[in-house]
Amino acid sequence: MQWNEEVSPLSSTTDTTEAPRDERREAELARVVAALGGNVVDSLVKPNDDMWIRVTADTWRATGETLKSLGYTYFCFLSAIDWMPSPFGKGEDDPTAPPVERDTTIKHGYTGGDTRFQVLARVTQPFTSLGINIKVDVDDAAPVIDSWSGVYAGANWHERETHEMFGIGFNGHPDLRNMYLPTDFEGYPLRKDFPLLARIVKPWPGIVDVEPLPGDDSEEGEAS
Amino acid sequence: MFAALLSSIPYWGQSLLRVLGGLVAVLLPAGTVVYLFLFKMMSFMQSRLGPMEAGPYGSMQLFAEVGKWLQKEDIVPDAARPEARIFKLAPLIVLASTFLLVVVVPFGPDALFTNFETGIFYALAVSSVSVLGILIAGWSSANKYSLLGGLRAAGQLIAYELPMVLAVVGVVIQAGTMNLQQIVVAQNTGSIFGFDGIGNPYVITQFVAFIVFMIAVQAELTQTPFDMPIAESELVSGYMTEYSGFRFLIFFIGEFATAGVFAMIASVLFLGGWGVPFSWFGWTTIDSIDNWMNVGGPLILFTKMLVLVFFIMWIRFSFPRFREDQLQRFAWKGLIPIALANIMLTAVLKVAF
Amino acid sequence: MTMLGDRQQLAYIASQAADARVNVELETEGMTLNIGPQHPATHGTLRIIARLDGEQVVWAEPSAGYMHRGYEKLTEVRTYPQVTALVNRIDWLGSFANEVPFILGAEKLMGVEAPARAQHIRTILFELSRIANVSLFLGDLGVQLGAVTPVFFAFRDREYVLNLIEGATGGRFHPNFDRIGGLKDDLPAGFIEETHSVMKKLRNFCDEIENLLFGNEIFQSRTRGIGVIPKDIALQYGLSGANLRASGVDWDLRRDQDLPMAWNKVDWNVITHPDGDSFARCWVRLQEVRESTKIVDQLLDTLPAGPVMAKVPKIIKVPEGEAFVSTENPLGEMGYYVVSQGDQGPFRVKIRSASFNNISIVPWVLKGVYVPDIITILASLYFILGDIDR
Repeated sequence: MQWNEEVSPLSSTTDTTEAPRDERREAELARVVAALGGNVVDSLVKPNDDMWIRVTADTWRATGETLKSLGYTYFCFLSAIDWMPSPFGKGEDDPTAPPVERDTTIKHGYTGGDTRFQVLARVTQPFTSLGINIKVDVDDAAPVIDSWSGVYAGANWHERETHEMFGIGFNGHPDLRNMYLPTDFEGYPLRKDFPLLARIVKPWPGIVDVEPLPGDDSEEGEAS
Repeated sequence: MFAALLSSIPYWGQSLLRVLGGLVAVLLPAGTVVYLFLFKMMSFMQSRLGPMEAGPYGSMQLFAEVGKWLQKEDIVPDAARPEARIFKLAPLIVLASTFLLVVVVPFGPDALFTNFETGIFYALAVSSVSVLGILIAGWSSANKYSLLGGLRAAGQLIAYELPMVLAVVGVVIQAGTMNLQQIVVAQNTGSIFGFDGIGNPYVITQFVAFIVFMIAVQAELTQTPFDMPIAESELVSGYMTEYSGFRFLIFFIGEFATAGVFAMIASVLFLGGWGVPFSWFGWTTIDSIDNWMNVGGPLILFTKMLVLVFFIMWIRFSFPRFREDQLQRFAWKGLIPIALANIMLTAVLKVAF
Repeated sequence: MTMLGDRQQLAYIASQAADARVNVELETEGMTLNIGPQHPATHGTLRIIARLDGEQVVWAEPSAGYMHRGYEKLTEVRTYPQVTALVNRIDWLGSFANEVPFILGAEKLMGVEAPARAQHIRTILFELSRIANVSLFLGDLGVQLGAVTPVFFAFRDREYVLNLIEGATGGRFHPNFDRIGGLKDDLPAGFIEETHSVMKKLRNFCDEIENLLFGNEIFQSRTRGIGVIPKDIALQYGLSGANLRASGVDWDLRRDQDLPMAWNKVDWNVITHPDGDSFARCWVRLQEVRESTKIVDQLLDTLPAGPVMAKVPKIIKVPEGEAFVSTENPLGEMGYYVVSQGDQGPFRVKIRSASFNNISIVPWVLKGVYVPDIITILASLYFILGDIDR
């Protein structure tokens, strides 16, 4: 429960600080990396916290199978991350004002990445409660990846959700219908460049009545 | 004397009296059952008070409810339009079955509508008329839930008709008659092994038949645990789904009036009906009974009915429901063999004693 | 492993079919039955499309999404403290429990830990919301099976628990009480004695339900052997909580995970059942309410003194990083994968809700059952619509 430790660097490849060790997770990750072999692009252990690996896209399904055989039989979730910062910010822009230019440089999280979209899944070893987060880069031009629904049956619905929310295809998925949205819905709501329409059609009330932030007396006049 | 009084009235007057009596005999138990059990007993079982505002202790709630239902629009679903007439007819058939049933129930030595020689045979026959109404309702609603409910009801009511008939056979053998009036007399003049202090209510000597009969009644009335045809949580009230306003009200009255009438028939068959053991007052035959029994009899029968309905409702409020196949299995593999064995035993004992 | 499960499933179908089918020649064309979105058994707006052969389900597919509120998108335009108001509404019956894993995730990223007293109170409120949630399940179970009385008992006794939650947090359903670094407030005066007496009432309620419902033979015949989910299938689909433990998997995140909460400081048992059928799922939940009352009682007696709020900056900025924190919520494993880019609000939050996984097994488990069993199985899987759709 030592969470007050310094936050680890974002990737093991740059691990130079003497962070507290976590033998259990490190040994486990070594086992996983050894079993996966060359599939692993990068890996990371945060002591007393969690494990991350990033694998190559063409070995995605094989990764799932290997992990399952390593005892990670519990399927936790599968989703995706769009790493491009939203061009709409927090949706607090005044719709009448000229649009704000925002920096949309992609900044990846743990275990790095090369593409805008990453599929993220988590599987867990029951009993030990050791979970592993698996990331995989998805080609921006053709965001398609192998399906896990043959490996973990529970991935079926998660892939459907990811498909409709991010527009990422899953090869070999039996039935990629929309779960939530109407069939003829256009766009992928959880992509960062999909605007949060509620904030576009009507100005966010926060624009109008900005309360002074605590300990921040000087900017009171800005709201009016 | 009572009979003489009755015959002095012209025929149309007698008919009017009979119709009024029938209405009272159907609606009064229904109202009492709904208020006493559905509103109050159910509420107390569920740690709440039930209706309290309309009238003292909520006693006028029933009229409020009826008034509410009568005001509602009588809706026929679009899909049921082609068969609207049948759709509208169905609740009436169900209610008609109740009226047909009450006709044979004896309320007193002379207070009765008809004195059929084969009264119980007739009662069991007309009780199945309601199946027709329910089937029609389920089918003509043009709704899959209603159809499933109607079909379930048909299957169930037919399955439970049989144990009911077989249970009654035991009583008929013991009483030696199918006339309900004479069954009452036979119980109240009878004796158990020479002891005639309480007569011979067949609930004691025909206990197995009584249990089978009550279970079958529970199923005939489609009360929990046999309420598959209605099944709010799965079929959304089954065959009643599409009914509104006074047609729903008729179904509703039909349900509880039938509960009352079946309980009356059960008390006639097993609890001695309107009578008290004749030995208490020194009566020997039905003709020697004092006239006050024509007023007291209905009250006694009414009390016995309430006791039986109490058990029906008690089970209704505390049990979960069967599944369709379990229910059929229970009837065919459980109740019918038991009832048949009971008939055998009764016949053997009847011959032996 | 899948094959074993399929074989069990087929055996079950075959035994049911043998009962139902008198003659193959009598088979007729199927019928499609829409259960929901407005249907009493779906308590919410889930829709189940079932293809029936008579009363037997040939194929069934749940269709969710009637209540999708897009929380994952909404979290991206809110600050961390604001998010708790959203996640409260995911599983609306056990709402405090929804806040906890998110707050823990944010705290983890910030390197903050709540003081011991706050951890205790969090655990108490967490368990109270579990009791409130599951006790309603136990009552609702009766209604689904046609017994009307238990639900009133459940509403009656849940009210005591809601009053407690209201007394402590000010909100009956959406407390929004958890803060990064601790809690908004300390417990009110008299809370401890009141809670002890309520826990006693809840244990009585459990006895009552056990006698009224679980001991009933009809209830048992309706639930035993119905909707059997073997262990490996349950794990594959990511079933969690009581659904998983009812399949014989002895895994409870409260016990097996090292979280800054107070579960490990008290004595309680993880309940499992080997059968994996509907009865097992309901039974495990009933026992878990009992265990929860035990946890609450013990925690109240060992409540440490001290502040309920750690020192956190007034404007909360969470350092860059990613964290997944999940807790054992009333419905199962509820987790948040929080991605922070050093901003006031999260960059991305993936909400891993229990019901989404729990209900994804429905097409598998409903194959070959009867229409009434659909209701039983759905009731025993126990989902809350907000928790499926998020």
